Amino acid sequence: MELVDENKLAKNKKRNQAIAFWIFRILSYAVVAILFVILSFIIIKGFSVISWDFITKMPEEGMTKGGIFPAIIGTLCLVGGSMLFAFPVGVFAAIYMNEYVKDGIIKKIIKQMTNNLAGIPSIVFGLFGMSLFVNKLGFGDSLLAGSLTLGLLALPVVIRITEEALKSVDNTFRQASLGLGASKWETTRRVVLPIAFPNIITGLILSIGRVSGETAPILFTVAAYFLPKLPTSIFDQAMALPYHLYVISTSGTNIEESRPIAYGTALVLIFIVLIANLLANGLRKYFGKKVKMN
Amino acid sequence: MYKIESKNVDFFYGASQALKNINIAIKPNTVTALIGPSGCGKSTYLRLFNRMNDLIDNTKIAGQVLIDGEDIYAKGVNVDSLRKKVGMVFQKPNPFPKTIFENVAYGLRVNGITDKKLIEERVETTIKQVVLWDEVKDKLKKSAFELSGGQQQRLCIARALAIQPSVVLMDEPTSALDPISTAKVEELIYELKTKYTIVIVTHNMQQAGRVSDTTAFFYMGELIEHDTTKTIFTNPKIERTQNYITGRFG
Repeated sequence: MELVDENKLAKNKKRNQAIAFWIFRILSYAVVAILFVILSFIIIKGFSVISWDFITKMPEEGMTKGGIFPAIIGTLCLVGGSMLFAFPVGVFAAIYMNEYVKDGIIKKIIKQMTNNLAGIPSIVFGLFGMSLFVNKLGFGDSLLAGSLTLGLLALPVVIRITEEALKSVDNTFRQASLGLGASKWETTRRVVLPIAFPNIITGLILSIGRVSGETAPILFTVAAYFLPKLPTSIFDQAMALPYHLYVISTSGTNIEESRPIAYGTALVLIFIVLIANLLANGLRKYFGKKVKMN
Repeated sequence: MYKIESKNVDFFYGASQALKNINIAIKPNTVTALIGPSGCGKSTYLRLFNRMNDLIDNTKIAGQVLIDGEDIYAKGVNVDSLRKKVGMVFQKPNPFPKTIFENVAYGLRVNGITDKKLIEERVETTIKQVVLWDEVKDKLKKSAFELSGGQQQRLCIARALAIQPSVVLMDEPTSALDPISTAKVEELIYELKTKYTIVIVTHNMQQAGRVSDTTAFFYMGELIEHDTTKTIFTNPKIERTQNYITGRFG
């Protein structure tokens, strides 16, 4: 006697699978659609104000006219400065954790701490940066204080990305190198890092995307409401794209009139992040090839 | 005098004992095959000879491992120079993501040799030694990844030999290779015997029979029997060895 009706079973299986995958399909298309709507909204609203003058001129008439040049430069400086701090510190910390520390309580604590660091709201980083860098260390509202604060924010991301990249390097590469009498450091520097490098660099550039869009950490540490000149030293205040966007959308002299500028600013910001992502892809491919060749 | 000796060796991963009281003596310029079912401890045992197990946290060794009469686990032993003396070849071909030339030169460079001419000479003789020269001499500056699996494995052997070790450890060196590449590597092992003492872990009984002088059978962390390969394969003293060799379990 047959216990199950084979035909019916096959039919049911097929139907259930179809339902499940249709749900997945609809949801993933929805994600793409949402992204598409946001992007096209910004592009449609912002594209009309984009011009050479817009990206190279100072803001004028209470930020309702003119360009956003100082905000672009300010953001680029902040991104550069924060990475100058976060890259080396984060990469070295990750190397230490992944290649040197033995499994145990210390490693667990460091790991937990970096994870916790990643969970701290960015406004808290801002507050911390203000009290430490701006006040205690006396940097004042400055590119230096802002960069360090943003760097702290990026640190856990950099550490985690680097760790993942190091972990993905097959252990036999390490063993082969150590087996030839190389020290741990030689192995790390000459074998492990070159293999992990493409992934590290991609991750680092993606973290730039995060840093360039942050508003809260720069709020009390560097950002200027209106400063129609470029910073000349690391102790200068600066404008920045996300903060500029916030200002002209909430507390500008004439919010209605500066609305197009807000969308233009958003578009420029998105564009910078996009460039960073494209750069990350390009570099990964380039270094991926180069690693095999060295 | 023996090249390698282990006396009453116990080995622990955390609380679990992986090797129990292993005593083996290996003569110079011989090939010793370590056989046994998966998880029997043969790879762990192999990795004691170049202290590769040091890399794993929470391990412990008791007893003595002597190479050239010196206890390699004694205090003050320089692990880097031990590893220079005891080369290793791995299961999967794992050339570094570097050029063919640099793969072989790597060991020389990390051991402080900077003389360009000497490095070039040594790379060439070593690649010839593993019978790879004719296949790669025109593409030494190309990535090692462009080689076939069998060529990569011979390159890895060359990488190990370049720093002139006296012992070579091989951990299932042909398990990822096709039959023709396997035959080439086996031939090579047979030739290398004249200059090196070789210890090889293998799952392949025929391979053990073909390349080794003595064979050690491991089971559940214990050394069941160690004798000449001929004896082990034709007239083992212990029934469990017989059963494994003939494929009745394993």
